[in-house]
Amino acid sequence: MSSSDPILELRDLRTHFPMERGLLFKQLTGTVKAVDGVSLSLARGEVLGLVGESGCGKSTLARTIMGLAPATSGSVWLEGVNITAAPATGEARRALQMVFQDPFASLNPRLSVGEALAEPLRVHRLRPAAEIPARVAELAALVGIPARSLGKYPHEFSGGQRQRIAIARALALEPRIIVADEPVSALDVSIQAQILNLLAKLVRELGLSLVFIAHDLSVVKHLSDRVAVMYLGRIVELGSAADVIERPQHPYTRALVSAVPRPDPDGERARQRIVLAGDPPSPLNPPSGCPFHPRCAYALDSCKTTVPPLAPYAGREVACLRVAEIS
Amino acid sequence: MHLLDVSELHTRFHTRSGVFRAVTNVSFSLERGETLGLVGESGSGKSVTCASLLRLLPSPPARIEGNYARFDGVDLLRASDAELRAIRGKRIGMIFQDPMTSLNPYMRISEQLIEPLLIHEKISRRDALARALAMLESVGINDAARRLHSYPHEFSGGMRQRVMIAMALIARPELLIADEPTTALDVTVQAQILELIKKLQRELGMAVIFISHDLGVVSGLCDRVMVMYAGRIVETADVRSLFKSPQHPYTRALQRSIPALQAKGTELYTLPGLPPDLSKPIAGCSFAERCEFATAACRTGESPAVLASAPAHAHACLRAHAGEILTANEH
Repeated sequence: MSSSDPILELRDLRTHFPMERGLLFKQLTGTVKAVDGVSLSLARGEVLGLVGESGCGKSTLARTIMGLAPATSGSVWLEGVNITAAPATGEARRALQMVFQDPFASLNPRLSVGEALAEPLRVHRLRPAAEIPARVAELAALVGIPARSLGKYPHEFSGGQRQRIAIARALALEPRIIVADEPVSALDVSIQAQILNLLAKLVRELGLSLVFIAHDLSVVKHLSDRVAVMYLGRIVELGSAADVIERPQHPYTRALVSAVPRPDPDGERARQRIVLAGDPPSPLNPPSGCPFHPRCAYALDSCKTTVPPLAPYAGREVACLRVAEIS
Repeated sequence: MHLLDVSELHTRFHTRSGVFRAVTNVSFSLERGETLGLVGESGSGKSVTCASLLRLLPSPPARIEGNYARFDGVDLLRASDAELRAIRGKRIGMIFQDPMTSLNPYMRISEQLIEPLLIHEKISRRDALARALAMLESVGINDAARRLHSYPHEFSGGMRQRVMIAMALIARPELLIADEPTTALDVTVQAQILELIKKLQRELGMAVIFISHDLGVVSGLCDRVMVMYAGRIVETADVRSLFKSPQHPYTRALQRSIPALQAKGTELYTLPGLPPDLSKPIAGCSFAERCEFATAACRTGESPAVLASAPAHAHACLRAHAGEILTANEH
């Protein structure tokens, strides 16, 4: 796979939500810039981790890629075809499937597992009716759900098994890309490990590309080839997982990495932690210049006025005016 | 004397579908100023243990039994309601997991903060408000004077959790029970809250019981750790020996399943099966069904007792006690 042949490409993608007041005569009171100029590419078979605090826009970015939230400007390209405004049931949408955070809310409680897996096959007329049961059994086997459980309903399964079913359902349409939004955040550690192993296996065996959204950096590092760090709707650092998480350059990535507690009592006590003051600023009223400057220990006056571009530095891309001075 | 001394605590829920043994035979003690971590998966009985000590569970369906649970000499299991009320919120503070649902949406933050002071101390409203303001500032709420009279919905999740912490600490408790206080928060906010708990602990000299499923958080904060599985304690040790030489197969499995401790791309260890159904009696060790080391002896008789294997290290595994399982260091 070469980077010149991306399977998915985002070009200067923006998703803004107008904030309105009044029922009849709507008055615009502001704009939430949830995604504000994101350009990214995903190679075939690649796992791209997307990390950031809640409210940074990572879920909105995922929803915009999927076409679930309309893009304000910019475009999404799938294998060289612009799919930004593609219809929800079209061929382009089939290639992109999503796994959501909460496996309790993302399955229809009134459909048995077998029915839930058969539904997308019928809707997209992917298989003749006679072949559907065999394909359903194949999908269940792929994610480790026993065939005898296909008649059961979602409430009869544990959280980890439900997430397996949700993954099988995403796989039903033979997608080339899976977008997984915090797929293990709601699960216990030991169950998390099962789902992470399953995702890694599927990427390996089916040649899938994966956009993996999580706030747990150790989980992201374990699974991803590359990592993008988001802050207030923009990407602030993008590079290989090892570079970004083990040798972070952007002041925000450094703070984020240092905030992750490590299960090592001696190391944990000796470590100097960068504790960020305050909460992330509201995307409704973002700071001028670099969005991180109010919480940044290195900010200068120029950071308050200039929006730093994402530029190559130390083998990855960083959006910080002072990165060369502070590293 | 221990600050808290719990002996053979049992909590059962009597429901229509049977008796659910949420907590079985839990004994532990805690010194003043000590931080005890309580680790385990959902449903392992961590929260129920602490809620039982404060008698916060409705009865029926809950039935709490035990030898005793002495807090500074007072048996919490047998104390009268009046005695308990004098302790809860004053000498023992509690932070609940979910900051979104644990604050009263109809009450201003100021009213909720001074409530424990007005109830437990002879203090004027004005002095109470002054202390509430000081407390809000010390938990790191910017512009506290203006925000004091806000309603909970005007605060973000991290700020609400800080308000919960301020409420639990305002009466300067001797013991703080923190039930997953940072689980719902971002890592950056989590780091702020953990620093805050450590700082206040130094200042007030209080003991902390910290419930968490995150081994990373526990390793940085706690002096001692108890691991729970299926309502029982399976291992208890000082934090260093728990991480360096875990003895019980369940503790080891937990560590092997965390991505942070494993090289990238390696298959993570996964436990086969599910935790046992606590409404049915379990013969022998409750972990045996999922344990790679279990033998026939593990599946019969009484549940193995928690016995010391080294100073300040105890666990409930028959085979590890018999020296039949190599520890990680001996590989």
